[in-house]
Amino acid sequence: MIPVVDIVSTALFVASGFYFLAGSVGLVRFPDVYTRLHALTKADNLGLGLLVTGLALRSGSWYTVAKLYAIWLLVLFASATSCYLVAHAARTGGIRVWRNERP
Amino acid sequence: MTVVLEMMTLVLMGTIALAVYRIERGPTGADRMLSSMLFGTSGTALTLLLGEVSGLHRLHDMALVFALLAAVTAVAFVKRAWRAGD
Repeated sequence: MIPVVDIVSTALFVASGFYFLAGSVGLVRFPDVYTRLHALTKADNLGLGLLVTGLALRSGSWYTVAKLYAIWLLVLFASATSCYLVAHAARTGGIRVWRNERP
Repeated sequence: MTVVLEMMTLVLMGTIALAVYRIERGPTGADRMLSSMLFGTSGTALTLLLGEVSGLHRLHDMALVFALLAAVTAVAFVKRAWRAGD
């Protein structure tokens, strides 16, 4: 009999692997800086959140849980800030927004 | 259960490999910086996972430092190092 915690955390890890891969494929495949920012700063942070939740389920102490979620919150704030900064610098620096040429 | 964690570390290394491809292609400095931001997130996740696999919970502090450095690096890049167009 497999414990329920193991089943739930395995599902969370698989989902987080999917989101990490989706973010990286977006980084490789998308056409310009803005769309790549969108793929990177959303999908990857969701993947990290799912992974942190899976690890928090497996950890025994509330202290570890608090620390794991503190790390995730820091990454969330940092990526929101740096996403804005990079997009703003690219926009004022004159990098064109991609448009689909095909009708 | 450890097998799942080890598979996850392989997936994360795969994402880092994809980001290296983006660094090689460019085309602007900002695209390369995005790969570096992905290293920050993936590196944090990888350190947390390896800490769980090996039972060394001190690695959580290291993950915290990775997250902090990624933030500082992005701000420094935008404010000091990069002019759009190169």
